[in-house]
Amino acid sequence: MGRYVIRRLLQMIPVFFGATLLIFLMVNVMGDPIAGLCGDKACDPATASRLKREFGLDKPVWQQYATYMGNVFTGDFGTAFNGQKVTELMSTAFPVTIRLTIIAILFEIVIGITLGVITGLRRGRPIDTAVLILTLVVIAIPTFVTGLVLQLLLGVEWKWIKPSVTPEAPFDELLIPGLVLASVSLAYVTRLTRTSIAENSRADYVRTAVAKGLPRHRVITRHLLRNSLIPVVTFIGTDVGALMGGAIVTERIFNIHGVGYQLYQGILRQSTQTVVGFVTVLVLVFLVANLVVDLLYAVLDPRIRYA
Amino acid sequence: MRGATHAKWAACAVAVALAATACGGGDSGGGSGASGIVSSSWGDPQNPLEPANTNEVQGGKVLDMLFRGLKRYDPKTGAAKDMLAEKIETTDSTSFTITVKDGWTFSNGEKVTAKSFVDAWNYGANLKHNQKNAYFFGYIEGYDKTHPDKGDASAETLSGLKVTGERTFSVKLNQKFSTWPDTLGYAAFAPLPRAFFDNHSAWLSKPIGNGPYTVNSYTKGSKLEMRKWDGYPGTDKAQNGGVDLKVYTDNNTAYTDLTAGNLDLVDDVPASQLKNVKADLGDRYINTPAGIIQTLAFPYYDEAWNTPGAAKVRKGLSMAINREQITDTIFQKTRTPATDWTSPVLGADGGYKAGLCGDACKYDPAGAKKLVQEGGGIPGGQVKISYNADTGSHKEWVDAICNSVNNALGNDKACVGNPVGTFADFRNQITQNKMSGPFRAGWQMDYPLVQNFLQPLYYTNASSNDGKWTNAEFDKLVNEANAETDKAKAVDLFQKAEEVLRDQMGAIPLWYQNGSAGYSTRVSNVALNPFSVPVYNEIKVS
Repeated sequence: MGRYVIRRLLQMIPVFFGATLLIFLMVNVMGDPIAGLCGDKACDPATASRLKREFGLDKPVWQQYATYMGNVFTGDFGTAFNGQKVTELMSTAFPVTIRLTIIAILFEIVIGITLGVITGLRRGRPIDTAVLILTLVVIAIPTFVTGLVLQLLLGVEWKWIKPSVTPEAPFDELLIPGLVLASVSLAYVTRLTRTSIAENSRADYVRTAVAKGLPRHRVITRHLLRNSLIPVVTFIGTDVGALMGGAIVTERIFNIHGVGYQLYQGILRQSTQTVVGFVTVLVLVFLVANLVVDLLYAVLDPRIRYA
Repeated sequence: MRGATHAKWAACAVAVALAATACGGGDSGGGSGASGIVSSSWGDPQNPLEPANTNEVQGGKVLDMLFRGLKRYDPKTGAAKDMLAEKIETTDSTSFTITVKDGWTFSNGEKVTAKSFVDAWNYGANLKHNQKNAYFFGYIEGYDKTHPDKGDASAETLSGLKVTGERTFSVKLNQKFSTWPDTLGYAAFAPLPRAFFDNHSAWLSKPIGNGPYTVNSYTKGSKLEMRKWDGYPGTDKAQNGGVDLKVYTDNNTAYTDLTAGNLDLVDDVPASQLKNVKADLGDRYINTPAGIIQTLAFPYYDEAWNTPGAAKVRKGLSMAINREQITDTIFQKTRTPATDWTSPVLGADGGYKAGLCGDACKYDPAGAKKLVQEGGGIPGGQVKISYNADTGSHKEWVDAICNSVNNALGNDKACVGNPVGTFADFRNQITQNKMSGPFRAGWQMDYPLVQNFLQPLYYTNASSNDGKWTNAEFDKLVNEANAETDKAKAVDLFQKAEEVLRDQMGAIPLWYQNGSAGYSTRVSNVALNPFSVPVYNEIKVS
C-alpha cells in the first residue's frame, strides 16, 4: 500500500509538469497580453516594454516557464495584471469554489445514490421509469438553461432566493447554484448506481445474506451497496476536479467569485500568471482526487489490494 | 464494525452541512437595506486604482467619486468648470499659472496644495511608475526626459512644472495648446496626498482622495464600499449616504438582480435585455448620448488602401452602410447614426456639427456602387472587416455592415467579417501594423473637447492613430486650432480639419454610442454624465 502510494505520487510529477507546460503554451499563443491592457487606446511603447519586462514577457517562452516553475516551488505564483498577487486571488476564490463543490458532491451522493438504490431495487416499476425520464431530461438540458430558469423562477418570480450570491458566499446562498452545478453529474450518479445495484442484487452473496435472515437494510447497505459503489466512487472522484474547474457557467450566472470566474477573467485578460496558477492548483486537485479514488477501492472491496 | 463507522461519517458530514447552512442563514436579509446607501453594479477594474493608471470606465467611475481635480466636467453639459482651480492664467497659451483654492483637504485631513498636484503629475509622468495615462502629461515641458520612448528616464520630475507658492504653481507646455486647462478635469490630473507616496500599497488597498466620498472597505475583485464624507468642502456634496459597488461576473446577472429588487443601479444594460427593458423598468431606463463614437479605420500602411482612388472607394463603402437600419435593429436605438467624427455631447459650441459628413454618410446604394467602381474597385476584390470576437458582440454589427455593403454593390462576396480571437491579439495586430483591411475602432473621449476626437486619432503619428492616416493639411489646421486662443475660432479650425478628414474619408464614422442604465424604485435623480458614468453623488435614496 505504502509503496503503491509513493509510486502514484511519483507518477504525478511528469503529469504535473506536462499539464502546466501545455497551459503555459496555450496562453502564450493567444498573443501579447500587454497589447490588450490599455483598452482601445494604444499603450505607449515605453510603458508597454517596461510592463513586459516586469511580467517577464520579454524572455523566450521556455525561460518564462522555467522561471515561473521555480517561483511556484517557493510559493510565489506571480502577480495578476491588476496588481494583485495570484495567491491572494486564490485565497479568495478557492474557499468559495470548494464550498460550492462540497454542496454539489453532497447532492450527488445523497440524492443521486438514494435515487439509484431505489430505482435499482424496483426495476421496471413506475418509479424507475419516472426517474429514468427525469434523469434524461436533466442530462439533455444544458446547465446554463437550468441555471437561468431556476434563477428567474426562484429569484425573481417567487423571491425564495436572491438571484446573485454575495461575495462572502455562505453555504445557504450556494445551495441552488450547487444543485445546478451538480444536476448533470447527479443524473449520471443515479444511472450508474441503478445499473450497478440492479446487477449485484442478483449476486450469490446477496442471496446468501438474505438467506441468513439479515434485516433488509443491512443487506442493502452492508452487502449490496458497498460492492455496487465502486463505479460510482470512480465517477464522483473524477467529478471533484471537473466541478471545480468547470463551474465557469454556474459561477457566471449566479455571480459567484470563485475559481471559474477568476479563470475566465484571466483568460479574457490573458493574464498568464492567473491562468497558469489556477490551473496548476486544479491539476493537483485532479491528481489527488484520482489517487484517493484508487485508494478507496481497497476500502470498498478488500479483494483489491495494492502491493 | 467498519460499516457502522461509515454510516457515522456520512451522518456527521450531513450534520455539518446542515449546521453550516443554518449558521449562514441569518445575516443575508436585504442587500440594499442600509439607510441611504446606493448599491450599483461594477466591473472589476483592469488596473490598480491610481489616477494616472486608470484608463477604463470601471476604475474611472471610482476616481470620479473619490477625487476632485482643478476642473470638473459638468455632469449635464460636459463643460469644464473650475473646481479646485481658483484661476488658471496664460498670456501665450504655453505658460500657465495655476492658483489652487483655499480650504480644500484630503479626507485624512491633509491640505490640498499646489505641491499635491505637482507631485502627483510628476509621479504620473515618470516612466518608472508604469502609469498607463502617462501620455496625458506629454504636453508639459520635460516629458521626453521623464518618459523617453526608449531607455530609462533621465529626469525624475517634469521641468515644466514649478511650485511657486503654497497654492500656486506654474506649467510650461512644449507647444501652444489654448484649451489645455479644459483637459484638467480628467482623472489623471487629480491631486494626491502624501500617504500615496509614503505607503503606496496601503493607499492602493484603501485609497484616500479629496472627493465627496471616502472608502469604507475595499475587497478587490468583489466589492467597494464608499461612504459620504461629511467634511467634504465642495458644493457637489453627496446626496446619499454612500455607494456600494458590487462586481458582477456578468451584466445579465446584475440586470436580474435589479429586476428582483436586489440592486439599485445598473449602468450597463445588457444587449440581450434591451427588448424587455421598457416593460421591466418603464421610465427608470436611461438611454442618453455619451462621448463615444465607433468608426471603421483603414490600414494606410497597406499600399492598396493608400492610393488616390481608394478615397473614393472608402466613401463608397461609407455610403453602402445602412446606419439607420443597423442602429434600430441590432442596437435597439442605443446607438445614433453618425454624421460627423465627434460626438453630440460636445454640443454645437463645443465642435459637434451634425451633418458635417454630408452625403458620404447617407445610405445610397446606387451612389456607393458608382463611387467604388470609379475608385478602381475594392482593393483585393474583398473588404475584410477585422474585429475581436471575445467581447462586445461585435460580430453582429460587422456582419450587418457586410450585408449592407454586399447588397449595395450587388456582390455577395464584397465584404466579410474577419474575427480575431481575443482583444489582446486584435490590439496586437493593430499595433504591429498587420491589418489587411478596415477594422473596428472605437473612441471614448477623455475630456469633452473636439480636439480629443481628432488629434489623438488622425494627427500624423498620434498615440491612437491606429490606421496611420496622415495628411499635412489636417495637421496644419489642428496646430493652428491649438494655438488659437479664441475658443470659437479654435472650434472653427478643428471643423475645417474635420472636413479634410471627410474629403479623404480617413475613417468611416458609424454611430455614436449612448450610455444606458436602469435603476430601482428606491432611488431617484439618476442621470448619466457625458462619459456614460452615473452621477453618483446626485442620486437620492428614498
